Amino acid sequence: MTEKVITWLDERLGITGIYDLVFDRKVPKVNWWFTLGSASLFLFVVQGVTGVFLSVYYVPSPDKAYDSIQYIMNGVTFGWLIRGIHHWGATLMVIFVFIHMLRTFFMGAYKFPREITWLTGVILLFATLGMGFTGYLLPWNQRAYWATTVGTAIAGTVPVIGDFILRVLRGGSDLSGVTLARFFSVHIWFLPAVIVGLISVHMYLVVRLGISSMPKEGEVENPGEKG
Amino acid sequence: MADSHEVQRRDFVNIVVVGLGAVIGLIIGIPAIAYLLAPAIKVQREEAWIPLGPLDAYPLDEPTLFSYTRTRINGWEKTVNSFGAYVWRYGEGDSDLKVYSNMCTHLSCRVTWTEDINVYFCPCHDGRFDKEGEVVAGPPPEPLYEFETKVEQGILSIKHQEV
Repeated sequence: MTEKVITWLDERLGITGIYDLVFDRKVPKVNWWFTLGSASLFLFVVQGVTGVFLSVYYVPSPDKAYDSIQYIMNGVTFGWLIRGIHHWGATLMVIFVFIHMLRTFFMGAYKFPREITWLTGVILLFATLGMGFTGYLLPWNQRAYWATTVGTAIAGTVPVIGDFILRVLRGGSDLSGVTLARFFSVHIWFLPAVIVGLISVHMYLVVRLGISSMPKEGEVENPGEKG
Repeated sequence: MADSHEVQRRDFVNIVVVGLGAVIGLIIGIPAIAYLLAPAIKVQREEAWIPLGPLDAYPLDEPTLFSYTRTRINGWEKTVNSFGAYVWRYGEGDSDLKVYSNMCTHLSCRVTWTEDINVYFCPCHDGRFDKEGEVVAGPPPEPLYEFETKVEQGILSIKHQEV
C-alpha cells in the first residue's frame, strides 16, 4: 500500500530523482570539517523556526520591546527555551559559518570551478554577521542600545560618506524607535530573504559540482605548470 | 540470510531512525505547541475581595456608589478597568445590606441610582431595576449582579468577579 502511494506520488513529483541527485551523489573521502556547511544550514533553519515563534510575542516598539521579551521569558510556557535556542543558535551560527569559511580557504576548495560557491558563501558570511548585528538591538535593553550606538557610530567614521551611512543605519541621527523598526525589518525580512536566495544558489552549486576532495601532501597543484 | 526472520541491518536502522525521529519530534513539538497555546491556557485570577471602607460610612436605605479599579495584565500590557458597586443598607446590622454591580445586565452600560423615580436607571436603552436589583422595565434580561459581601472589624468587603 505504502509502496503504491509512493509510486503514485513519485510518478508525478519525481522525488526519487531529486533524492538520488542530492543525497546519493558521489562524495570524496572527507572528514568532520566537511560537515560545517550542513551544520550552518541546520542552524539557519533552527534560527528561522525559533525566530518565527518569537515573532508571535515580540513587539518592535521602543515602549513595548523590552516588556514583550520579559513576557516571553517569564510569562509564556517554554518562552525561555525558544528565546534561549535563538540566542545561543545565533552565536553558534556565526562561529560555524566562520569556521566553514576557514576550512574552505585552507583546503583551497574555492578554486575552479567553485568560485561562485565561494562568492555566495562570502556574502552569506556577511549576511550572517548582519543578522547578528540587527538581532542584537531587538531586546532593547541597555546592552543592545549601547552596542548599536557604538556599532553604528563605527560605521559613521567612514571618510566623507560616514555620516550618511550612520543616518541610513539609524534612520536619522539618533538611535530611536525608527532604528528599532528598521533593524527588526532587516532582521526578519531583508536578510533572511537574501540568505535563503543565496543558500539556494550555494546548495545548487554544491550538488552540481560536487565537493572538492581534500588536498593531499605532495600532490602537484597545477599539473600543467612546471615547478 | 535474506529469507531469515531476523531483523535485517537495514530494517533495524530504519526502525531506529524513525523511532529517534519520533522522540525528537515530540521533544521539539510539545514545547512548541505549549508556547503557542500559553496565553490561551493561562487563566487570570479574577476573583478578589475588595474593601469598600467602614460600613458606618454608608447611609441607611440609600444606595450609595463605590467606584474602584482593577488592573488586568495581558502579556506585556496592563489595562485598568473601572467598576462600581451600589451599597444598599436596609438595616442597622452587619448583614443587613446588599451590594449590586452598577453594570447593566443588558449591554454592560452603567446604571445610576435615581432617587426621584426610585430605580437604577440605565441611560442606554432605558433599562430600570428596582432597589432589590430586579428588572422593572426595559430590555435587561437579568437582575443586577449581586456581590458576595462580608464585614470584618467594621470594614465592608465585596467579592469582585468579572461578570
